[in-house]
Amino acid sequence: MKNTSQINPLENEAIYIIREVAAQFEKPVLLFSGGKDSITLVRLAQKAFYPAKIPFPLMHIDTGHNFPETIAFRDALVEELGLDLIVRHVQESINQGKVKEESGKYASRNALQTTTLLDAIEEFKFDACIGGARRDEEKARAKERIFSVRDDFGQWDEKNQRPELFDLLNGQIDLGQNVRVFPISNWTELDVWSYIEKEEMEIPSIYFSHTRSTFIRDGLIWSTNDDVVYREADEVIEDRIVRFRTVGDMSCTAAVLSHAVDIATVVQEIRDSSISERGARIDDKRSEAAMEKRKQQGYF
Amino acid sequence: MEVLKIATAGSVDDGKSTLIGRLLYDTKSLTNDKLEAIEKASKQKGFDYLDFSFATDGLVAEREQGITIDVAHIYFSTQTKSYIIADTPGHVEYTRNMVTGASTSQAAIVLIDARKGVIEQTNRHFFINNLLRIKDVIVAVNKMDLVDFSEETYNAIKADFEALMDKRDYQDQTITFIPVSALKGDNVVHGSDKMPWYNGQTLLEHLELLDNKDIYNSGTPRFPVQYVVRPKTNEFHDFRGYAGKIYGGELSVGDDIVVLPSQTKSKIKEIYFYDQKYQTASRRSSVTITLENDINVSRGDMIVKENDLPTIDKQFTATICWMDSKALRAGEKYVLQHGVNKVLAKVDIVNHKINTDYSGVNTEANSLGMNDIASVSFKLNKPIFYDAFKSHRTNGSFILIDTQSNSTVGAGFIQK
Repeated sequence: MKNTSQINPLENEAIYIIREVAAQFEKPVLLFSGGKDSITLVRLAQKAFYPAKIPFPLMHIDTGHNFPETIAFRDALVEELGLDLIVRHVQESINQGKVKEESGKYASRNALQTTTLLDAIEEFKFDACIGGARRDEEKARAKERIFSVRDDFGQWDEKNQRPELFDLLNGQIDLGQNVRVFPISNWTELDVWSYIEKEEMEIPSIYFSHTRSTFIRDGLIWSTNDDVVYREADEVIEDRIVRFRTVGDMSCTAAVLSHAVDIATVVQEIRDSSISERGARIDDKRSEAAMEKRKQQGYF
Repeated sequence: MEVLKIATAGSVDDGKSTLIGRLLYDTKSLTNDKLEAIEKASKQKGFDYLDFSFATDGLVAEREQGITIDVAHIYFSTQTKSYIIADTPGHVEYTRNMVTGASTSQAAIVLIDARKGVIEQTNRHFFINNLLRIKDVIVAVNKMDLVDFSEETYNAIKADFEALMDKRDYQDQTITFIPVSALKGDNVVHGSDKMPWYNGQTLLEHLELLDNKDIYNSGTPRFPVQYVVRPKTNEFHDFRGYAGKIYGGELSVGDDIVVLPSQTKSKIKEIYFYDQKYQTASRRSSVTITLENDINVSRGDMIVKENDLPTIDKQFTATICWMDSKALRAGEKYVLQHGVNKVLAKVDIVNHKINTDYSGVNTEANSLGMNDIASVSFKLNKPIFYDAFKSHRTNGSFILIDTQSNSTVGAGFIQK
């Protein structure tokens, strides 16, 4: 009969981390965006507690600018697995006057999510938020711990992080603090895709090649949606065959030209790619330290 | 795919960033946008070469000061392995970062500048890698291009280093010397036509051939129970599974086991990974185990083989690496986290401080400052189930947590 030695070491590590969250914290939550990384987290959580159900809810911070395909996918997944889903809306935070909608050419609701997220953490008294961030995505994230402590204001103190040794995860916190947990810290983009392929997981259709109405700005392919994405008169709309490598807010995620129609061709495309995943994230291009600044303020 | 974690330690001057950059560049792991960002940042600083530290120094403060403050993780892969490099700063004031980076690694690269040879810092890097019992250490003698690729220089450095090896505690460590030029690319990924006298492997060839079986220190199986799985559904009404990660050896269905601390005996009934049943759970897999008997097991308990018990005791002596600005003192109490188990620990005696440059010990000390390494004896409020670090890397290590700040303030390796 079988031996477990062939199981992916990254999968073993992630399951171990997720179990530590369930054991060390009273009110954990899994931050779910409908992107491939958080879908992978859900699969890992299923495996961690089988045959029991996942012992914590999912939470989606909805910017209102999501791709409709992502929302449809989210609802179907939650239904199929019988999970609890909490949704909190950035629009609410705007209505309450807590954040102000950005204006102009590069307006995005991506940074506004932070306020909605912190409010939700306080509302539900979550002490641990599991997220799908990976260290290979971005250089500030490369410095992130697996258990990353945030203060009462949700802030990340990057110069004063707890050392993490061996497998030992220290989840001790004071009242009011919370921990962001990153079980797939050590996975690369390719690791995630290979896992999705091996597990034959469903993912939103926008990850695969499709025809989309687009326009070009700063060398990046933007999705046309005049309600959400500001467009100048001279930015010409054209149908292109594209897919998304990363799925965030519609106003900050660029598409890439692609004919990859299934996971196998996507994996091949990433292997051959000369542009990094975050190269198509408009929010990271704001400055050299864009991510570090957002994280200090409580961004996930 | 296999995953290999490698620790590197060294200062900017050793060419560590250049070496990592070279590994990434020659394995085609740097994407165009990342390369462009490095080019842009290098140019802004007025360098006429590519400064790869811009790829690894992720914090604003690090880029401003041109130093690595924290452990950075760098990822690349080949057809055979996925590599994770834990890149740590090498100076004495970053000893704690080196220990942190080395604690999760199976291999380490010690960099030596061929012009400078073995220096105090080399001693320290080697000491820490040896203390952490890293199985495979590669001594990369870098900047060979600046010493005319001289075999004589290389051999002299090798001889100096071999003198150090006699002083090491962990004698089974494999040490491999490779002459490289990270800047020019000699013997990093590709071979070198400048050093015909060297017929060993390149750095990457060596890493590619490392066998997972050889680099993990084997030991007896230890299964700390992380979480009790009780579905309470119709289908799995009486299911009681013990979830955890197995360390050391392996456990199989039918094995006679003992649950600690209750010392209750049972047999392994089933081993699950997700919805699949397995005959054997091997080292480092996160499985769920069921037992033949319905006994009381909870988080923090440990399942071990009947004839293979660890030490069960309320006191021990350990080598400590102190990581906090608030000193460790005799009489002070800390939370000690050993695996998934937490107990209260009181510092009984600070036996002696250990100089990390192999210059001996200091027996006068009774407190420890940040980055100090010392032998310390502890008393615990409850027994833990441990092995000596030298026979079991996981079950012989722990962290100390400050009871007020909740911060991780020290790492420990149990001597006895």
